[in-house]
Amino acid sequence: MTTPASFANWKLFVKRWGWWLAGAVALAVLIGYYYAKSPQITEAVLASTLRQSVPLVLGALCGLLGERAAVINIGIEGQMLLAAFIAFLVNVYTGNLLLGVLAGVAIGALLGLLLAFMSVSLKIDQIIGGTVINILAIGLTGYFYKVGLSAHGKLNPIPLGPLTKIPLIGTVLFNNPPITYASILLVFLVHYVLFYTPWGLRTRAVGEHPRAADTLGINVYLVRYVNVVVGGALAGLAGAYLSLEAVGSFERLMTNGRGFVALAVMIFGKWTPFGAWGAALLFGFASALQTQLQFGGQVQIPHQFIGMLPYLLTIIVLAGFVGKARPPAADGIPYEKEG
Amino acid sequence: MSEVLALEVRNIVKRFPGVLANDHVNFALRKGEVHALLGENGAGKTTLMNIIYGLYHPDEGEIFVNGEKVTIDSPHDAIRLGIGMVHQHFMLVPVFTVAENLILGAEPTKGWTLNLDAAREAVRRLSEQYGLEVDPDEVIEDMPVGVQQRVEILKALYRDAKVLVLDEPTAVLTPQEVEELFVIMRQLTERGVSIIFITHKLKEVMAIADHITVMRRGKVVGTTTPAETNEQGLAAMMVGREVVLQVEKSPAKPKDVVLEVKDLVVEDERHLVAVDGVSFEVREGEILGVAGVQGNGQTELVEAITGLRHIRGGKVLLRGKPTPERNPRYLIEHGMAHIPEDRQKHGLVLSYTIADNLVLCTYYKPPFAHGLQRNQAAIVENAQKLVGQFDVRTPSIFTTAGSLSGGNQQKVIVAREFSRPIKLLVANQPTRGLDVGSIEYIHKRIISMRDQGAAVLLVSAELDEITSLADRIAVMYHGKIVAVVDADKVTRTELGLLMAGSKIAEAAPAV
Ligand SMILES: Nc1ncnc2c1ncn2[C@@H]1O[C@H](COP(=O)(O)OP(=O)(O)OP(=O)(O)O)[C@@H](O)[C@H]1O
Ligand SMILES: [Mg+2]
Repeated sequence: MTTPASFANWKLFVKRWGWWLAGAVALAVLIGYYYAKSPQITEAVLASTLRQSVPLVLGALCGLLGERAAVINIGIEGQMLLAAFIAFLVNVYTGNLLLGVLAGVAIGALLGLLLAFMSVSLKIDQIIGGTVINILAIGLTGYFYKVGLSAHGKLNPIPLGPLTKIPLIGTVLFNNPPITYASILLVFLVHYVLFYTPWGLRTRAVGEHPRAADTLGINVYLVRYVNVVVGGALAGLAGAYLSLEAVGSFERLMTNGRGFVALAVMIFGKWTPFGAWGAALLFGFASALQTQLQFGGQVQIPHQFIGMLPYLLTIIVLAGFVGKARPPAADGIPYEKEG
Repeated sequence: MSEVLALEVRNIVKRFPGVLANDHVNFALRKGEVHALLGENGAGKTTLMNIIYGLYHPDEGEIFVNGEKVTIDSPHDAIRLGIGMVHQHFMLVPVFTVAENLILGAEPTKGWTLNLDAAREAVRRLSEQYGLEVDPDEVIEDMPVGVQQRVEILKALYRDAKVLVLDEPTAVLTPQEVEELFVIMRQLTERGVSIIFITHKLKEVMAIADHITVMRRGKVVGTTTPAETNEQGLAAMMVGREVVLQVEKSPAKPKDVVLEVKDLVVEDERHLVAVDGVSFEVREGEILGVAGVQGNGQTELVEAITGLRHIRGGKVLLRGKPTPERNPRYLIEHGMAHIPEDRQKHGLVLSYTIADNLVLCTYYKPPFAHGLQRNQAAIVENAQKLVGQFDVRTPSIFTTAGSLSGGNQQKVIVAREFSRPIKLLVANQPTRGLDVGSIEYIHKRIISMRDQGAAVLLVSAELDEITSLADRIAVMYHGKIVAVVDADKVTRTELGLLMAGSKIAEAAPAV
């Protein structure tokens, strides 16, 4: 009996992971090939991939924390935008980068609290709640934005000693500014919390079958609140990344749709942190490639078309894969206690 | 009277909009007893239990646990007081494993980390202790309901329940599983657990209860013991009138073939063959009963016939014509009615009103629609008529189906399916969870459907139901029909043997 069973397991494994495995191998070979050909460009593209993925992966973590507890957050864009702005302002007026980042995180969490209040307590349609946040953020940042303010520096790379000496990987992975490091750690942390702690178990239960969780004495509302607020903090960190780490300044609508792409990334990643990270890296890679193609000048394609690349890739990948993903069963449904 | 009660409620009142669900209910549970709670659908049994478990808050009344007055504001309080509940509709997270469901809300940890090994160990220890066999790593949605129920009981035991509420635990169980459950219940009471046991099956009550409390329309009608009463008496107490427990019917007069199934092969979710080359036919004016222990392919068979499931091989013919695959609307329009096994999943849209649920099959046709527009007046009129006719207990036809009691949900489905002119009725467990009065009523309707010339395919795990309704009985075992016999030429013992997979000489070969 064991042989057919393990054979079936093996087949299942290949069926489930085969394409990923093949993709990973192909990717490694490709990177190796290009690194041998032109090390600088390859390094630049990969480093840019990582940088571009940071706000996406943070946004996706925000989205999936909420949705795992059945709260859909389409206000990530707004949370990021307002956080980027506040982080920037605090830095402008205090000159302190850390304070700026903390302010960004706090404002993200605060907007999370607002979303939780609207969707968990008031049971407003969650899409509307998220839209309120987006409009609020666009309005506030547009109204209070003043031209001519400039930040006091930006978050600089922290090389991790000898690790940076490793060819290719060293420069790409171990010579990054703090929020980039943090985003990678957070992927692992959120994965751990979601799948290896009581809190994660409760979160997933609340997202799948809130009544069952309720009958076991779990406070469904509390779980949703905490997840949405913590998620908001992560979106806030993404905002701070944009203004204080990536650019070192604030521009109107500087999030440029990243909050929505983060949602796509979350879905493509099947509501898992590592899946989302992979998807964010893919999108980041497409963005990096696009920049490289535009400024490298090797190809003669109108830049508008090249600019479409990341979005096109997202659409194709989503259209091809989203059917196989299954969102949490209670996703988007407000929980009503009875009696 | 000096004996300390495990649980007592006094003068509990609970109102829902338009319904007095509990009307000054008094109830006393002695230590180590099985106390059966009986009552019609909508009598308020589940409501009372939900109050005890902290899910509902009573408008009036007091609760005592071990003689002390307590307030139970949430399930958390109830669990702390040693009260456990197995809900009428299971409260398991379908995508979680047994172990994960067991510990949810009371997780063992190592540092910050979930200790799933301890959870598995707990599953094994409890399973062994109480003879409740389950695999800790199996995912709930892949398990048969009977096993899911064991998980529910384990959940309560894991939380060290001293008072265990079982809300209609036997409704979804096979006779064997019911026997097993009774053994478990006896073991539990020997260890000092007190059990409140809700059921609609009077035989079970007579077999296991120490005391019986009967409710009707929110009130307690009385408390008795099996020694002082019998099934007939209990039925009368529940319904408030004499109930005919035995179905009366005239011999069948079968005519033309309506449904013909030829060499049907159907797969289950896991792509294993669940229905393995089944052939039979059902004629106008007869009831073909499909007997069998649950999980022998009945669900898949019915889903394939009703157009809900892909057919791997073979044919389903309706009045001689092959039916298009996976096309329920074609079947509905050609006179098929379906009472599905899972009323909440396949029978109703729980968030819709009763009125809307009653036109789910016909909403797009006159009189319920004019072109693209709904005709609200006709929908309302239809609902009012059917709710009256089928005695659906509800405050209004605009109540959502989800807030009805289980039995009344079933009546809504039956009302909808029987209100169309039908040629074929496919009924899968049509009286599951219904009270004796409603069962009597639905059985009568099924027989009158037959007498009006409809062909009826009745699938039931309830041997009593099959033997009293069916004209011919097909026994299903491991995806095959092992015998088709005339209902009046077979004994219960023979049927039992066939269902268990053994062959008997008298049984006619499969048609
Ligand atoms: N959450 C709710 N909202 C409104 N009405 C409700 C709610 N829960 C129950 N009711 C109503 O209260 C009454 C009692 O329902 P309950 O579920 O307690 O009946 P039951 O005795 O358990 O019946 P069954 O045997 O069919 O399960 C019914 O009329 C039902 O419609
Ligand atoms: Mg009930």
